[in-house]
Amino acid sequence: MDAHEHTVLERLSNGLIKENPIFKLALSMCPAVAMTNTVRNGFLLGLAVLFVQVASNVTVSVFRRFIHERIRIPAYIIIIATWVSVSDMTLAAYAPGFYKEIALYVKLIVVFAIIISRLEVFASRNTVWPSFWDGMGMGLGFMFALMLVGCLREFLGAGTLWGVEILPFKPFFFWSLPPAGFFAIGLIMALFIWLERRFNAWRAKR
Amino acid sequence: MTARATFLLLLVLLWAAPAQAGNIVAGEITGEHELTLALAAPLDAAVDWRGRVGVVERENPDVPLTVTTAALSPDGRELVLTLAEPVSGQGAYAVTLRAGPDGAAESFHVRKGVLAVLFSILISAALIQNFVFSRYLGLCIFFGASGRKETAVGMGFSFSLVMTLSAVFVWAVYNFVLKPLHLQFLQVLTFVGIIAIFVQLLDTVLRKVNPFLFKKLGVYLVLITTNCIILAVPLILVDNAYDLWESLALALGSGAGFALALFLMACVRERLELADIPEPFRGLPIAFVVAGLFALAFLGFSGMSF
Repeated sequence: MDAHEHTVLERLSNGLIKENPIFKLALSMCPAVAMTNTVRNGFLLGLAVLFVQVASNVTVSVFRRFIHERIRIPAYIIIIATWVSVSDMTLAAYAPGFYKEIALYVKLIVVFAIIISRLEVFASRNTVWPSFWDGMGMGLGFMFALMLVGCLREFLGAGTLWGVEILPFKPFFFWSLPPAGFFAIGLIMALFIWLERRFNAWRAKR
Repeated sequence: MTARATFLLLLVLLWAAPAQAGNIVAGEITGEHELTLALAAPLDAAVDWRGRVGVVERENPDVPLTVTTAALSPDGRELVLTLAEPVSGQGAYAVTLRAGPDGAAESFHVRKGVLAVLFSILISAALIQNFVFSRYLGLCIFFGASGRKETAVGMGFSFSLVMTLSAVFVWAVYNFVLKPLHLQFLQVLTFVGIIAIFVQLLDTVLRKVNPFLFKKLGVYLVLITTNCIILAVPLILVDNAYDLWESLALALGSGAGFALALFLMACVRERLELADIPEPFRGLPIAFVVAGLFALAFLGFSGMSF
């Protein structure tokens, strides 16, 4: 039981911070640039990725003994595509308004490098529970990154958060423009690197 | 020789255009708000034709457009429709006319000249809607392969090649297999499968047939499978109901746009290696900021339309 809890925490913190898909691994950045002009878009896309990541991680770890080494990539892609179709149809049915904005990106989850790389690196070598928590960690880390960028851009660009007005004016409209996604991610990435350096230096001093 | 080639090309283009039979023999966009239909048999001038025509955009067949006037020429062989909204750039319209005494509907596709449409799709995919700088797709490969100019050119070339071939393939499978069988909901699954198989096939064939070219392109071929753009183009061409030629133009344009973006970025990154950059920004973060500047510049193209 103790060991189990240990893996859960370790997997979650790994995905959220140590190997954050966007800021650390720098994988699947297309949606992080394009779909983060509001927090809500970031959240919905993050949710879809979380679901697909967890579901395909579990599927692959269940069937890992049946998937032949040489055809594993096509097999993984088909598994991912199946779960993507499921989440695509679900979103289209239950959140049609928002779905319209993110439709293309939801379908493109199939080719997000982060998902297939987790299948290859983790799920194909581990049992179901660790794979489940690994998927949770990675998905939550992805969602966290998308929402962080979304918060920054929505607050600075429109003065709102999740559509709720916080400032009565638009502080810096530039951040709402699509190209600002590149700047936001570049700046946050640099901030992460800077903080890590400071933290390591501080620990070395003690 | 050239004349014969042109003739053959025209023949092929004509063959690719959908065949239509009925009272409407031709239709064209004649003004900013105007569509003109030519008719085989004259229409009755006494009837109010405005109530009997329906116009929709081909991309949005569920949204009827408002027709403000429908003027019939004196001989009854030409019907000029005025639309409330201006005719859009790549506009392709489906006009339905209920002309028969029993109210039988006849529909006809009206659009700009074929070459004009193809050209506008090509330019739009390459510059105005550039995949990297305006749609923000294919970024993993974009940042991965833009370190050196040679890599960028090699990647751009192999990408355009695979893109064009697979777009034609996907178009054929969608229109001749998925659509007749009503299996559109399987599009993501099928497209990704087709592309994976296609890249594998090209890899194997190239290895045997042209080892020299394989050596040049082999590394990139594997990478291409995980590129968002390679899946986005089929999804976009299906969404817009493009025909074969339009799909080809879209694929060529997006390949050229991607190659252009890679090359521009590689030029800047080679210079950046010599620059004195603050330490936390070295590597990827500064590449992101540069890409942001490029994207701002490409935002200027969004004012262009055809």
